[in-house]
Amino acid sequence: MTQEKAQAYWRENISTILKLLVVWFLVSYGAGILFINQLNAIEISGVKLGFWFAQQGSIYVFVILIYVYVKMMNRIDEKYDVHE
Amino acid sequence: MDLQTLIYLFVGLSFALYIGIAIWAKAASTKDFYVAGGGVHPIANGMATAADWMSAASFISLAGLISYKGSDGGAYLMGWTGGYVLLALLLAPYLRKFGKFTVPDFIGDRYYSNLARTVAVIATIFVSFTYVAGQMRGVGIVFSRFLQVDVNTGVIIGMVIVFIYAVLGGMKGITYTQVAQYTVMIIAYLIPAIFLSLMVTDSFLPQLGIFAKTTFAFSDGVKEIPAGTYLMHALDTSLTDLGFKEYTQPGNLWNMFMLTVALMVGTAGLPHVIVRFFTVPRVKDARASAGWALLFIAILYTTVASVAAFSRVNTIDRIQNVNYKTWTTEGVKKADGRENHGAWFQTWEKGSLLAWNDRNGDGKIQYAAGKAFDDKKGKPHFDGTKTAPDGHRLTTNAIAAKGTKPFDNEVYIDRDIIVLANPEIANLPNWVIALIAAGGLAAALSTAAGLLLVISASISHDLLGKVIFNDPKTGKSKLSEKSELMAARLAAVAAIVVAGYLGINPPGFVAQVVAFAFGLAAASFFPAIILGIFDKRMNKAGAVSGILTGLIFTFGYIVYFVFMGGDKADYLFGIAPTGIGTLGMVLHFIVAYVVSRMTEPPPQHIQDLVESIRIPRGAGEAHDH
Repeated sequence: MTQEKAQAYWRENISTILKLLVVWFLVSYGAGILFINQLNAIEISGVKLGFWFAQQGSIYVFVILIYVYVKMMNRIDEKYDVHE
Repeated sequence: MDLQTLIYLFVGLSFALYIGIAIWAKAASTKDFYVAGGGVHPIANGMATAADWMSAASFISLAGLISYKGSDGGAYLMGWTGGYVLLALLLAPYLRKFGKFTVPDFIGDRYYSNLARTVAVIATIFVSFTYVAGQMRGVGIVFSRFLQVDVNTGVIIGMVIVFIYAVLGGMKGITYTQVAQYTVMIIAYLIPAIFLSLMVTDSFLPQLGIFAKTTFAFSDGVKEIPAGTYLMHALDTSLTDLGFKEYTQPGNLWNMFMLTVALMVGTAGLPHVIVRFFTVPRVKDARASAGWALLFIAILYTTVASVAAFSRVNTIDRIQNVNYKTWTTEGVKKADGRENHGAWFQTWEKGSLLAWNDRNGDGKIQYAAGKAFDDKKGKPHFDGTKTAPDGHRLTTNAIAAKGTKPFDNEVYIDRDIIVLANPEIANLPNWVIALIAAGGLAAALSTAAGLLLVISASISHDLLGKVIFNDPKTGKSKLSEKSELMAARLAAVAAIVVAGYLGINPPGFVAQVVAFAFGLAAASFFPAIILGIFDKRMNKAGAVSGILTGLIFTFGYIVYFVFMGGDKADYLFGIAPTGIGTLGMVLHFIVAYVVSRMTEPPPQHIQDLVESIRIPRGAGEAHDH
């Protein structure tokens, strides 16, 4: 594998990770902590939205994030021909 | 069948299953022993990781903790799941490509330093022992409550079971036993949760139960909450009536933030979790495996918020204003005809985990905010086994009424009993209670075994193989494969004995040391591994100074504020000791970066190693030495 190709692969890897971590931060620290009071003004079937993100919602998003990551990385691995 | 027979049957069958699996999956080589041969399917590995991760704390204590803390409890739910996102994205694939057996392996090789390796070994052993002591205690509590044997006998039985399958099977035995334990644990958690959900609300899925309406009217002691109220409204209203803060009202957000970071990063830095990703065949399996693990964990964790809310409503409904004597002997009938029997209350009183202090002398139980017992921590001091004529256990605390609004609290409830007592509080069938006993034991044993393995591997592989008996000429261990395997088994035996001792004679601060485990993992392992992968320029001097800064700062802060009576007013930036690992991690990153830039870059072969772990192809099998 050439030096440039390895660097391009690594850059694409890093940018994928960063995008997903932004979502990770927003649902947990954003919705569940920093903006919990604002989101708590919205209520669905008696459950305040900020409270829901902190106690249940962020967990669903975490699971989805890892699956999206696995899919995206498998595609990138194949694109750069580094898959096993 | 009566309850006791059912409990023996369920627990006995589950133990027989674990031992059967251990015999079938006996470890033949060090590779089998440390990383289960490196060929575990990602789904099986995900299940094993979930069982390894979800300890007695998750199974027994978590819902009780959330139930008590309300909104702020979200820190634990997010913290103990969100760490898996970090693991999957930032650690697991690269550590798998690196392809060795342990975390100290990575630290020692990447930073070409036996000092770093030794520090990593010590931190691993310390973190793992604090954890394992808690598990053995959990085993003891379940045994003493459900099998009516002494706590110490319970711990010894637990030690023998773990001994059989951890020493014999190593990681291979543990992994396949954990798959079985996950199954037992999840069924044991979900079935009572479904029952409760159907009883308190009309939702079958407990996850959706928090969105549902209550199925019964109940009095919180101040006013009647009608059936058909949204569950969360019923909870908020009744708790404010009783003088608590609203269940959904957030507290100190800054501390919640710091605690969540420390728990997430700590999760991603715990050696017994990281090592699971060495056991799968390929890099892509390591990524997928983290996803499966989190999915299996989420099945339990997404029900916790509901179980916590159900149990709080249920507790108020069952105990508020019942006559102690009638309730615990013959039971009472609710206005709407529901049965309410309080025999469970007396059982837990015997275990000193519940207590009643009839402050106003009316013979009825009142539950509200505030301490039930006049003691610095609000704890009951039981007067031996003496009981009052109505059957409740006597204490030596003062009984005087305090005149608090709306009325004095008279009940002491240890938060740890919520999950274990839930099925009894709700009058669920006996087999559900038996299931809970088997589930609690599965949770504690699976985690204990995983931790013991990590301890034994860091002693035999890292300390003996790589530091003490290392041949400086070849860089290889002077121990033969066979003697290292024997050393690993002996180390596991020693670790079990120490863990058992700690379980029988728990240091008075088991709960507080958990903050230690997470804080230290967050401040030491996580940054060192991240920098080792993502910063090619990171060198020995940077890593060693970073690890030491993180460890010493976090250790010192916790010791000062938790064990030496440091004053809350002196908290640095107002950070509680439980969240201080976050600041330790930040300091670690800064110190490591600055020091590494002021010193020589790492040698070429280390830079090549970093290049190679970034590319998935060629992971092959986990290789020895």
